Amino acid sequence: MKRKASDPVRRETLKKVLVRIGRYKGLVILSLLMAAAVVALTLYVPVLTGDAIDCVLGRNDVDFAGLMRILIRIGISVALIAALQWGMSALNNRITYRTVRDLRNDAFRKIGTLPLSYLDRHTTGEITSRVTTDVEQFADGLLIGFTQLFTGVLTILGTLGFMLAVNPAITLVVVLITPVSLLVASFIAKRTYEMFRLRSETRGQQTSLIDEMIAGQNVVQAFGQEERTQSRFDEINARLQKYSLRAIFFSSITNPSTRFVNSLVYAGVAITGALIAATGGAGAITVGQLTMFLSYANQYTKPFNEISGVVTELQNALACAARIFELLEQPSETPDETDAVALENVRGKVEIHDVCFSYRPNQRLIEHLHLAANPGQRIAIVGPTGCGKTTLINLLMRFYDVTSGRITVDGVPIRKATRKSLRGSYGMVLQETWLRSGTIRENITMGRPDATDAEVIAAAKASHAHSFIKRLPNGYDTYISEDGGSLSQGQKQLLCIARVMLCLPPMLILDEATSSIDTRTELKVQEAFARLMEGRTSFVVAHRLSTIRTADCILVMRDGQIVEQGRHEELLEKGGFYAMLYHSQYAAAQ
Amino acid sequence: MKRLLKFLSPYTKECVLGPLFKLLEATFELFVPLVIASIIDRGIASGDTAHIWKMGALLVGLALVGLVSAITAQFFAAKAATGFAASLKTAVFSHLQSLSFSVRDRLGTSTMITRLTSDADQVQSGVNLTLRLFLRSPFIVFGAMLMAFLVDAKAAWIFAVAIPLLAAVVFGVILWTIPLYKKTQTNLDGVTGTLRENLNGVRVIRAFRKEADEETRFVAANAELTKRSEFVGRISAAMNPVTYLILNAALIVLLQTGAIRVNAGSLTQGELVALVNYLSQILVELIKLANLIISMTKAAACADRIASVLEIEPGMESGALTPEHTAEPLVSFEHVSMTYADAGGEALTDISLDAKRGETIGVIGPTGCGKSTLVQLIPRFYDATKGCVRVGGVDVKEYDSQKLRRRIGVVPQKAQLFAGTIRSNLLWGNPDADDDALWEALRTAQAAEFVASREGGLDAPVEQNGRNFSGGQRQRLTIARALVRKPDILILDDSASALDLATDAALQKALRETAGEAAVFIVSQRAASLLHADRIIVLEDGQAVGVGTHEELLKSCALYREIYDSQFPKEAV
Repeated sequence: MKRKASDPVRRETLKKVLVRIGRYKGLVILSLLMAAAVVALTLYVPVLTGDAIDCVLGRNDVDFAGLMRILIRIGISVALIAALQWGMSALNNRITYRTVRDLRNDAFRKIGTLPLSYLDRHTTGEITSRVTTDVEQFADGLLIGFTQLFTGVLTILGTLGFMLAVNPAITLVVVLITPVSLLVASFIAKRTYEMFRLRSETRGQQTSLIDEMIAGQNVVQAFGQEERTQSRFDEINARLQKYSLRAIFFSSITNPSTRFVNSLVYAGVAITGALIAATGGAGAITVGQLTMFLSYANQYTKPFNEISGVVTELQNALACAARIFELLEQPSETPDETDAVALENVRGKVEIHDVCFSYRPNQRLIEHLHLAANPGQRIAIVGPTGCGKTTLINLLMRFYDVTSGRITVDGVPIRKATRKSLRGSYGMVLQETWLRSGTIRENITMGRPDATDAEVIAAAKASHAHSFIKRLPNGYDTYISEDGGSLSQGQKQLLCIARVMLCLPPMLILDEATSSIDTRTELKVQEAFARLMEGRTSFVVAHRLSTIRTADCILVMRDGQIVEQGRHEELLEKGGFYAMLYHSQYAAAQ
Repeated sequence: MKRLLKFLSPYTKECVLGPLFKLLEATFELFVPLVIASIIDRGIASGDTAHIWKMGALLVGLALVGLVSAITAQFFAAKAATGFAASLKTAVFSHLQSLSFSVRDRLGTSTMITRLTSDADQVQSGVNLTLRLFLRSPFIVFGAMLMAFLVDAKAAWIFAVAIPLLAAVVFGVILWTIPLYKKTQTNLDGVTGTLRENLNGVRVIRAFRKEADEETRFVAANAELTKRSEFVGRISAAMNPVTYLILNAALIVLLQTGAIRVNAGSLTQGELVALVNYLSQILVELIKLANLIISMTKAAACADRIASVLEIEPGMESGALTPEHTAEPLVSFEHVSMTYADAGGEALTDISLDAKRGETIGVIGPTGCGKSTLVQLIPRFYDATKGCVRVGGVDVKEYDSQKLRRRIGVVPQKAQLFAGTIRSNLLWGNPDADDDALWEALRTAQAAEFVASREGGLDAPVEQNGRNFSGGQRQRLTIARALVRKPDILILDDSASALDLATDAALQKALRETAGEAAVFIVSQRAASLLHADRIIVLEDGQAVGVGTHEELLKSCALYREIYDSQFPKEAV
């Protein structure tokens, strides 16, 4: 836990939090008023109970009329408390859940506008946990914590007031002994902190061992490492057991200890109260009042213990809030310019003028790139794995903006075009297939939800997906989960191709789209693609040199930079990196 | 839950002593209202200050004994819970390691990890809470009622009515809401799922301009979740006010009845106070018990999941023979067919193939044609469903699986390295290998250069999953790891896919020079990697459509020619 988040930051966060909750200002104020009423009435009931007991002194010494009046008052108070309590919880629930809902919607909307650079830098898990766990902890911690703090403080003040009004001496006993419970609690907490730290550290070690060994279990078994792995696990497990025992035991001492202090307060009140009551003089209290004191003494320490818990909870809630706001306040993708044009009837002339780009300012990647693709031309991007071939795609689709220079489509600089129309002009099949949970049909019609069944089937047939879809349990209505479930990698890729096939956009981006489809299917898909590419400008990232030999232009990339550019024959003649790549295939063959 | 009890049995003593001390504490708590009654009736009524002091001291004494009992109880409970969880985890981990490949395929990695981590933790805290509270709360509830009857049987009937009523409300609300909370959890999963999907598919979604649709989907799922949560929230919010109402109604009746009894002289004022105190003790404990039951249900569900993992049969009986590997052919497939569990059709159909020492066998064919399946039968990762796989003339099922695998070097498709150093990873192949042997393997695997240039060389750190190495480097390290073992059978399962062609060629050359007496199986999508194989088996839909050398297959096997042509344009050959 980061304890020392600098104070200004925390104050800043708190301010934003208040603004957020401000939307429900009316509900919050109502809830606080109800809480105050509940506290006051709850504290009033022991007073009434005490009065009632004072009406019942002994044999033939009972004031039935007085008792009845008091009992009626108790009844009314209790009914009021119950109603208010219920209303208050319902209100708090509503505030909490709606704040959570609003925050999540805002976060989701924000994610829709965030630049890819942000999303690429943060893992899915990280962002997901902010939108789910952090939001929930924030809302729970803040609103519930705040109500508890509020009622806790009111209860303490109210109790003190009622007690002082009846008898200051006994009140003094309560006030003097109570802080001991806080001291004990914080003393134990300090001692256990170290043990909890050790425990979570060891638990972390164990989790990563489990993660690694279970995920790699095939290799573990292939190399017969089961026993060695087990003994490593057992060693960590034994350490974890030791630390867990200490952490659990010492932290569970807190409860009995504070309860003990509580009992001391109780005994103290009983003794002083009884002694004062026994004097029977002018300053004496009645048995009923003693009962009231005892019942206060029983409850008085509770808010203290709760408040100490609430403080950590609030700190945690603020930390969560800070993480959420960090996400919500990320700068969005620069919006489309106001005079941005929508690209229509794109012919597919793509020009790259003197483009420089890098992901990080101090790193050089693409420099002074020039390229002209005429409508219908095929541009191949070639290079070893990890040479940054996807960078170019990021720029063409405007997932990232160029650092300098410009890219034009049909002569329109893409910065001057709406992103929607630009991206709609491309059909894209990425190396990492992504399918949405939904039916096969929904996945294929993603780009054209209004497509008819006949069109869907035609597209699937053209991409050789129809035959396997037909064999699925529910055909085109088979539901698949996000990771594609039982579909093979190749089948998933065919679906992604069918998805593009259905839209027929004027330009194509194919990122090693065929790399995990077997060679035979690939041949068929390539036929289909060839048909598709006819008359469409296409950018193809591919590993297989044979598939790009017919390209109109080949961009050869190495370590993120474009080192060569030209047609196949030209590049071979040049005898550079491309020639080496190309010949290595034959070197292997001889 | 019951099935896991045996892991608790070494802690029987703790399991008995823990609750026992807790009951002791509870007993002392039950005496407090009686002491107060005595203070009122004797101390105050007759002004007996000595009695007040004595009773006060008794209160402190009861508290002290209560404290000691409680701490003792906590200790025993913590000890039993942590010990139980530790031996449970050891058993589960060891069991998971004994499962065969096909069983683990079915279970899934994330399931297994969850069982061992969060589920086990939940069970641990469940056991701890149960030992501490499960006996205590009912004991106080019934103890308080019993005490009330002892004080005044005629007034105590109120307890007999109030307790079942309170219990009905508390447990009713819980039983009602538990399934509702589970449903909200499903809604939450839906919201999280949509979010994850959008993050993972952000490029596609933006390419297809589906941002607005996705937002509608998310907002709808989110609204549904909010509606559900508010509904459940309203129900649980009713619990406190309703119990409060019942309790105080009981209080009013008690005061009225008590007043009549006191007036008649059959009850003292102090005893009435004691009855009032017992009443308030009951509510606190009922609510504790309700919360305990929630945690127990959760823990029990986790325990069931863990137990079901423990019940899974390992799926493969190991034989007892130690491989000798003298007989030729070293590996032979005799009419082997194989069907994966839960799969519709056969992954391999009637495959026959021999491999002698020193031979290289190539395996090629379209994705999903059964290439990996074929080689995975040799180390007995899976069992053939028909026919027989022999190593050294003996059915692989006869061998002790671990000893069999010790003679085989496998390079799996997925290049998996483990946290540690390069050395610690390579030593998996053979714990006794010296540095020279490690470097030799690295040289053959074309990995020596980059290992040497790393700071620390062999002792350079490897992060979890080898993520500080590139895909190609990882593959070469896993090849080296298999080579370190100097195996009789070497299996490369499409393990050079991330290498560029030049490196792949160098690797093939080095393998030919160093493999020596080993039988080598190379699975590949690239025809170039298999040109020098003694025999290539071409698979299609699990069937061998051709077996022979490169030249033979070019003539006789249409599929092979098709694959080859697609990778080697005709005019260049």
